[in-house]
Amino acid sequence: MKEYVMGNGAIALGALSAGVNLVAGYPGTPSSEIIETISKYPHEGIHLEWSVNEKAALEVAAAAAYSGARALVTMKQVGLNVASDPLMSLAYVGVKGGLVVVSADDPGPISSQTEQDTRRFADYCRIPVFDPSTPEEAFVMIGDAFEYSERYHTPVLFRPTTRVCHAYASVDVPDSYSPKEYEGFIKDSRKWVIFPRLSYTNHGMIEERNIKIGQEFSEYRFNSVTGTSKKAIVTSGVSYTYVKECIGDRNDIKVIRIATAFPFPESFMADALSDVSEVLCIEELSPYLEEQILKTAGIHHLNVTVHGKHDGMVPHNGEMSTELAAGILSGYLDVELSRELIDTSDAPKLPLRPPVLCAGCPHRASFYAVKKAMTGRKAVFCGDIGCYTLGNAMPLDMVDTCLCMGAGITMAQGFAHTDNDTVCFAFVGDSTFFASGMTGVVNAVYNEADMILCVLDNSTTAMTGHQPHPGTGRNMMGNIVDKVDIAKVLEGIGVKSIVTVDPLDLDKSVETVRQAAGIKGVKAIIFRSPCIAITKPKGKCTIDGSECINCKKCIKEVGCPALITADGHVSIDMNLCTGCGLCAKVCPVSAIGGKNE
Amino acid sequence: MNKDILICGVGGQGTVLASKIIAASASAEGSQIHSAETIGMAQRGGSVTSHVRIGENAYSPLIPFGNADLLLAFEPAEAVRNLKYLRKDGVAIVNTVATKPVTESLADTGYDGSDMTAYIAGKCSCIFVDSDNVCAPFGSSRFFNIIILGIASGSGKLGIARDTVLKQIEKRVPKAYVDINKKAFQTGYEIGQETVNQQIK
Repeated sequence: MKEYVMGNGAIALGALSAGVNLVAGYPGTPSSEIIETISKYPHEGIHLEWSVNEKAALEVAAAAAYSGARALVTMKQVGLNVASDPLMSLAYVGVKGGLVVVSADDPGPISSQTEQDTRRFADYCRIPVFDPSTPEEAFVMIGDAFEYSERYHTPVLFRPTTRVCHAYASVDVPDSYSPKEYEGFIKDSRKWVIFPRLSYTNHGMIEERNIKIGQEFSEYRFNSVTGTSKKAIVTSGVSYTYVKECIGDRNDIKVIRIATAFPFPESFMADALSDVSEVLCIEELSPYLEEQILKTAGIHHLNVTVHGKHDGMVPHNGEMSTELAAGILSGYLDVELSRELIDTSDAPKLPLRPPVLCAGCPHRASFYAVKKAMTGRKAVFCGDIGCYTLGNAMPLDMVDTCLCMGAGITMAQGFAHTDNDTVCFAFVGDSTFFASGMTGVVNAVYNEADMILCVLDNSTTAMTGHQPHPGTGRNMMGNIVDKVDIAKVLEGIGVKSIVTVDPLDLDKSVETVRQAAGIKGVKAIIFRSPCIAITKPKGKCTIDGSECINCKKCIKEVGCPALITADGHVSIDMNLCTGCGLCAKVCPVSAIGGKNE
Repeated sequence: MNKDILICGVGGQGTVLASKIIAASASAEGSQIHSAETIGMAQRGGSVTSHVRIGENAYSPLIPFGNADLLLAFEPAEAVRNLKYLRKDGVAIVNTVATKPVTESLADTGYDGSDMTAYIAGKCSCIFVDSDNVCAPFGSSRFFNIIILGIASGSGKLGIARDTVLKQIEKRVPKAYVDINKKAFQTGYEIGQETVNQQIK
């Protein structure tokens, strides 16, 4: 059966074809659709969950794999940092059933904090990693990853990048899926309990095993050499497709493609380079293959000049593309992209279009209320990861810091201890609060920080595509479950003042913030209003042209994309307005109204 | 058939559905398809693109510059931003109605898309359409994605049979909205046909 699926869908269906028994993960672009795809296909007998964070997901999956079940864990690359604690140890302990950790890298970065490289993580953990170039390959390769994991009793990393995750292709998939039979957990404390002695013994075994896997990878079907030439190209992942786009089926250029970065297929590479005098490495993120080739050249005394990132031929940062690859290749080989382009050098200045909070987003109202309440006071606003990072944009300008998941809460404490005259705020979304915010609140209470925690509770994980979380009362098994109540969690931790308020009630929200700023210790305000992207709009706001004095205060203060100027006058884009009414509250002459249809 | 189609616009305009319908239609006609979407942060009102690549000559999920046969632009500035993807002899179907970014409203630059439309008209073969006008009978600009598909189909530039596209629309929009979307497609189709007639005259 042919299915037209996204790369992430191909990974999901590949895992189903491999008989996966348990799938766990945390949403993160570009990886989120893997779990969502599985939930949309028949998956009886498979446990499926959005875990509270990546560390939890991997630990849940590790136990399943100890039992002999096949388990898949999904995350974006920064999620692997969160899961690195269990992953490092698990690499020593090993698994019984296949365990594949998908960590999607994001060159660019397009929707991420970092341009880190999961292949390095594989090397660091000393576990195999697979690197597909296309959705079609990803579908097949995820099955290979499970096979290797089981054969060598090791967790295996699987590293697609954004352009593979979000590309679509037709994939040949089976008509039905059945989870693998497995034995169940067999107790053996010498095997499953990590102790220094076990780590010492297994460390040695792992290094020996990796030599063997490296040899096997030298024969691996997706590691390929095509063409012959003295000057070769080495590439991997989606960069391979850009190289192919430049050279087509030319046989007079040697292209070496590596789909298994670690353990590096050294003998394969040594062979491929034996008749080559120069090699150019075209890869995204870190110069991983490049360094492995330098190492291989050293070990095998190969007389080959290596080009790539170290000599500036290939940029370290950003995405690769057909155009970039063509530019690099034209200086190296007789490769020319012969297309005539439309000359756009004389184009008018294009408007910038950074992502913004949606029209009617309740986060805008929350930020605005805090901003109003803190007018004239020294305050610092620690942001976090989610849609609400966009609160940094003008005119709100309400995100002073953003570091990583959950960091806003703990950073606000640091500022509280060092900048005593400042009111310290932390903004965190509901999903991020559960993922990595709660321990930070315990830290604040225990260490007597003076801070205001603003939980922006829109009852979903909005940025990554509206996944449920512990506060939503729904899980990925399709069950209605008890909601974990954020206010009760905070109360249990010992936060002294906890107020829940509707951010669209501006006056009450401002007053709540002012009161909180007057109390010592850890205070919490839960701004609760559902994400506008998944709720029915309340109506539309309208501007009474006879009342409007065209002061543009609404635009300058609120910055809602529905507020525009047409022929010099403020107007509301009816296609965008959701009737939240925030602009109506800002208008000095009450010219905006008509919230309800 | 080898054909590259680039769809561009602003997050929230429904470009993804349009690209999915084109891809599924071409696939239903037996062509090999690759496509790619912008997903993630940019969906929040940022610039978005969908690349649809029909045929066996495509390696990269993204269309190389100068290779797109057809540009479906949901916004005039986005049309200019993505013009580099279009072949010199390619065709652009461009919405003339601007979506103003907050940054423009704040700086009060008066951006209304007219500069963009004028510029692109001198650069390639274009079909211009005013989304406010064509969407008015449907009560919402949300139908523009289907209308522009209709225009592409009616103008003969899509290279996919009309009924194939209609079938995919039926399959991919919620049941309650199938009829109105078919009407939207027809509206576009007629506009597209008109452009052909004008050329013949």
